[in-house]
Amino acid sequence: MASITYKGHEFEVDEDGFLLRFDDWNPDWMEYVKDSEGITDITPDHQKILDFLQDYYRKNGIAPMVRILSKNTGFKLKEVYELFPSGPGKGACKMSGLPKPTGCV
Amino acid sequence: MAKHATPKLDQLESGPWPSFVSDIKQEAESRTKNPKGLDYQIPVDCPSDLLGVLELSYTDGETHWKHGGIVGVFGYGGGVIGRYCDQPEMFPGVAHFHTVRINQPAAKYYSTDFLRQICDMWDLRGSGLTNMHGSTGDIVLLGTQTAQLEEIFHEITHKMNTDLGGSGSNLRTPESCLGSSRCEYACYDAQDLCYNLTMEFQDELHRPAFPYKFKFKFDACPNGCVAAIARSDFAVIGTWKDDIRIDQAAVKAYVGGEFKPNAGAHAGRDWGKFDIVEEVVKRCPTKCMTWTGSELRINNKECTRCMHCINTMPRACRIGNERGASILLGAKAPVLDGAQMGSLLVPFIEVSEPYDEIKDLIGKIWDWWMEEGKNRERIGETMKRLSFQKLLEVTGIEAMPQHVCEPRHNPYMFFKEEEVPGGWNRDIAAYRKRHLR
Ligand code: HEM
Ligand code: HEM
Ligand code: SF4
Ligand code: SF4
Repeated sequence: MASITYKGHEFEVDEDGFLLRFDDWNPDWMEYVKDSEGITDITPDHQKILDFLQDYYRKNGIAPMVRILSKNTGFKLKEVYELFPSGPGKGACKMSGLPKPTGCV
Repeated sequence: MAKHATPKLDQLESGPWPSFVSDIKQEAESRTKNPKGLDYQIPVDCPSDLLGVLELSYTDGETHWKHGGIVGVFGYGGGVIGRYCDQPEMFPGVAHFHTVRINQPAAKYYSTDFLRQICDMWDLRGSGLTNMHGSTGDIVLLGTQTAQLEEIFHEITHKMNTDLGGSGSNLRTPESCLGSSRCEYACYDAQDLCYNLTMEFQDELHRPAFPYKFKFKFDACPNGCVAAIARSDFAVIGTWKDDIRIDQAAVKAYVGGEFKPNAGAHAGRDWGKFDIVEEVVKRCPTKCMTWTGSELRINNKECTRCMHCINTMPRACRIGNERGASILLGAKAPVLDGAQMGSLLVPFIEVSEPYDEIKDLIGKIWDWWMEEGKNRERIGETMKRLSFQKLLEVTGIEAMPQHVCEPRHNPYMFFKEEEVPGGWNRDIAAYRKRHLR
């Protein structure tokens, strides 16, 4: 697996650029990932989604379903895609350090 | 000289059926020669390495692809199936081997011009290998690298006016039988409905918003050439509600032997002279037909429109003129709680543009399932968990005998409180006045 050094932090990632360990996450990770996810600046709206994903993951051990994300953050799916062009899974989950989505994707 | 020795795969080059091994070798050779002088955007030996890794799997009896993979294009949450080899050093040509699903035209009619454009793009930016088509219907472009995904997407949308197909927890790529394009059994224009709903629900197809995957399929008659009843959460199956049209002269031509039964489908064996009583009248599941010796009669009230007589004598029996479709819900593969086929929800619905009634029904089903469906629960499982009754309530459909194969045999019946005089609030003290402890 690849290892990335950014601003003095070392991040271990898989081929798709997901963190191998949630605990390795820190705010510099988001800075590092945002370009590859088509994001110029992390706005408070981005932050709201990223924070919710992390809270939910810490409490429940899984990523929330899309409609739970929408309900809790108040962002419609369309708005989530405006913020994270590759969507809540590949975009927002990756930036927030959650494990890679699995299943019949 | 091939890049890897493939003694096991080589055995699959013998025999009469078209060999996928010979075909892949041919593509590998063509890429090596590069007659068009292409600047290949992924490794030239990608197909050779694919044969190499496949041979290794034949030897080990194990797959050599890593678990999962999340890649895609901006704006969409699906469409590409990421895949990485677990022996990238041995087989660098397939270190990345992502699959791109391309939305196919309904019923898969093509012009060579279109296919050539796809192939030219894929020769340059992919492995040169495809699946025509995936089980759901998509054109499947088999094997490319992450950096090529946006390039491919740009080319198909800008130059070919073509989009990606679906993947993930969303509406997958719909597909239909070839319908009225070349089948006299078609009870509605399955291709048009397929195309129309695909366009209507582009958002639901490209950006996963559902608890799990959801599929549409459209059969224009109960023969089920696209297997909607078994392979789609929402199956639309054509039918009619008036009488089967019988051409008595044509019936006589079958009896007389001028017309071959089943359009000659059993010509490979001698089944004897056509016997209308044995092969049609007695095979009718409802026994609603009679043959007088000179005339075929059908008691259409008792006909379940199984298609058998029409299939057997297509030149004599034809579908009725009042046409529409039935809608069946909930088919799925075994995981998690067992396999299901579609259950009849709407016995008969008009199928005509702009298909508002069907769209309205889909909207109601999705509203319910998106709210109540559990994570990774197919609609068929939601129906099992929350009951068929609930499905009828949310779709505003009144229960009717056609909704069941047979009534329940257990007496664990739920009643709504308002249906029961006095309701559920009972006072035990009042009861005890009549019944001492
Ligand atoms: C006056 C006393 C009782 C009456 C009148 C009574 C009556 C019944 C009736 C009518 C059924 C349904 C049978 C059917 O249609 O399948 C039944 C089932 C059953 N009863 Fe009783 N019962 C009595 C006492 C008991 C007691 C004391 C027990 C256990 C300690 C018991 C255990 C069961 C069980 C396990 C079933 C379910 C059988 C099945 O579902 O296959 N019953 N009873
Ligand atoms: C290891 C212990 C037990 C096992 C493995 C077991 C298993 C089962 C199974 C498989 C059924 C059939 C369920 C169905 O097909 O709907 C059943 C029904 C039933 N069991 Fe048990 N059981 C156990 C203990 C008990 C005990 C201790 C009682 C009562 C004191 C009991 C009362 C019943 C009753 C009343 C039914 C009938 C329920 C119905 O008809 O819906 N069982 N049990
Ligand atoms: S499903 Fe019926 S209408 Fe469609 S192609 Fe098959 S036989 Fe014809
Ligand atoms: S369609 Fe089927 S049920 Fe109807 S008359 Fe023909 S064989 Fe009988």
